[in-house]
Amino acid sequence: MLGEAILKGLAVTAKNFAGSFVSEERMTTVQYPEERIAPIENTRDFPVLIYDGADPMAGLRCVACQICEKECPPKCIYITKSADKKPDYVGKPQFYPTRFDIDISVCMSCQICVEVCPFEAIKMDTEFELSTTDRFGGLLFDREQLAKSNEYYHSIHPTEAAEVDARLAEEKAKTEAKAKAAAEAAAAKAAIAAATPKEAPAKEPLP
Amino acid sequence: MSFIQSMDQIFITLQHWIAGFFPLWLQPAVMAILAVVAILGAFPAIFAVTTVLERKGLGRMQNRLGPNRVGPLGILQPVADGIKSLTKEDIVPFTADGLVHFLAPLVLVTAVFLGFAVLPVGRNMVLVNMDAGLFFFFAIGASVELSIFMAGWSSRNKYSLLGAMRAIAQMISYEVPLLLSSVVAVMITGSLSTTKIVEAQGGFTGIFPHWYVFTPWGFAGFILFVIAALAETNRSPFDLPEGESELVAGYFTEYSGFKFALFFLGEYLGMLSIAGFGITLFLGGWGAPFSFLGFIPSWLWFFLKLFAAISFFIWLRGTLPRLRQDQLMNFAWKFMLPMALLNLVVAGAWRFLGEGWQRWIICSVVLLAAYFLLGRTLMRHQKLGPRSYRYAE
Repeated sequence: MLGEAILKGLAVTAKNFAGSFVSEERMTTVQYPEERIAPIENTRDFPVLIYDGADPMAGLRCVACQICEKECPPKCIYITKSADKKPDYVGKPQFYPTRFDIDISVCMSCQICVEVCPFEAIKMDTEFELSTTDRFGGLLFDREQLAKSNEYYHSIHPTEAAEVDARLAEEKAKTEAKAKAAAEAAAAKAAIAAATPKEAPAKEPLP
Repeated sequence: MSFIQSMDQIFITLQHWIAGFFPLWLQPAVMAILAVVAILGAFPAIFAVTTVLERKGLGRMQNRLGPNRVGPLGILQPVADGIKSLTKEDIVPFTADGLVHFLAPLVLVTAVFLGFAVLPVGRNMVLVNMDAGLFFFFAIGASVELSIFMAGWSSRNKYSLLGAMRAIAQMISYEVPLLLSSVVAVMITGSLSTTKIVEAQGGFTGIFPHWYVFTPWGFAGFILFVIAALAETNRSPFDLPEGESELVAGYFTEYSGFKFALFFLGEYLGMLSIAGFGITLFLGGWGAPFSFLGFIPSWLWFFLKLFAAISFFIWLRGTLPRLRQDQLMNFAWKFMLPMALLNLVVAGAWRFLGEGWQRWIICSVVLLAAYFLLGRTLMRHQKLGPRSYRYAE
């Protein structure tokens, strides 16, 4: 019959209306500033720079390769490369960013910078309470503000951070093994060279 | 004069007392101004309460708390909303027709306020006791459409214009059943005066009142009136003209700041006035629902009924999804209009069938049969296959 479903619907809403006064479990919302729920592990909003060690500026993993700057779809990353070099986590001398700015009012949280970074230097944060009264300067984060420790990264994305650490350790071990092998090879070569010193001049064409 | 009577007439007494301070020749004007000021103060205040009630009520229906930050339990939310809309930037689109764009909200609010002039909110409490009061209300109500089209047209925005076209189509379609469903009350009362209609419903049988809603034609008329009133005020489920998900805000998309607030005010005042007229026509106006409750002042009864009507509208809004445009039009022309016309015939028959119980049975059976048959045709499943297109060769 026409109108029957309307009456049923009215009964449903009336039940919910009355029920919301008597049962706390019905309430689906969280009263935010007072109550908070922890973000899920895959939460992401804006990128941050990860550093190792105690000093944020010295430990930055970023080598200022500028891939993220070039790949960023909304172009919100601004990097200035340093003139000198400092050793990175495997000990290889690398450039570092003298300026690394992210305009989070432009950032669209796409995570492409994270995906293209070959040095695991840029990762997504979960901090969302970033409101400010200065909409230009207040939303342009420099490298001091962006630098976050590896421990912090572990605390917000534990699984992902463990994978990253394993990968870095593996790479470091590989590099070290390679260096060791190279050193051994060089040493062996030197030893051979030292053992047969007379042969070398003999190969030279005589004048 | 007893205490009950003095409470009933307290506002009239107050009005006369204040007017007494003025010279005799000025007194009619002062009394009129006082009544206007009372209307201009009371109904926007009810509007403010309605907005917070609506938001909290809808929240509860969706198992949320609703606004709860401003003031205790969020009851000061309308104050915050008002301050916000006053301090917001008033943007007029560059290509808009400035004058019409400015006038549209004013025309709307003025037209809606004029409707309250003939609304009896209590015994002797009506601003103008017009002989053609109901007629005046509907005439004024029709000019609301003008302001909506002014808003949609002057914004020079396709969404505004679409919203305005939808609103006009809807309001014109539903104006017909709205008028025809209220005509039954006029037919039985024999007057267009709103006070006379209320007085005609004033008697009691035992403890039960003679409200028109308790007769077959009155009940059918009341249901039709409520549906048409919902459509006329663009309330859910007939809120397609301003469908948030499709048209942003319909005809007032390009309005901001206080002009937007005026549209909002106009819409809610329209709802209040049409609910007031529904109460006047079918629910006995300011009359008490039982004979032994007559000691409660008449104006209080009116506002209690208004509160109940608003709550019902909020309840419906929390329940029903929005109709589609073709469903809306089908419902207006294929169900509402035939029912309203039949109801006129039934009301005439009621008048001439005499006092007995036969007229109850005859009228009820005719209306119920029509309801069943029309409902069946309306609910018949349409076979909607894939759409086929024919292009020009």
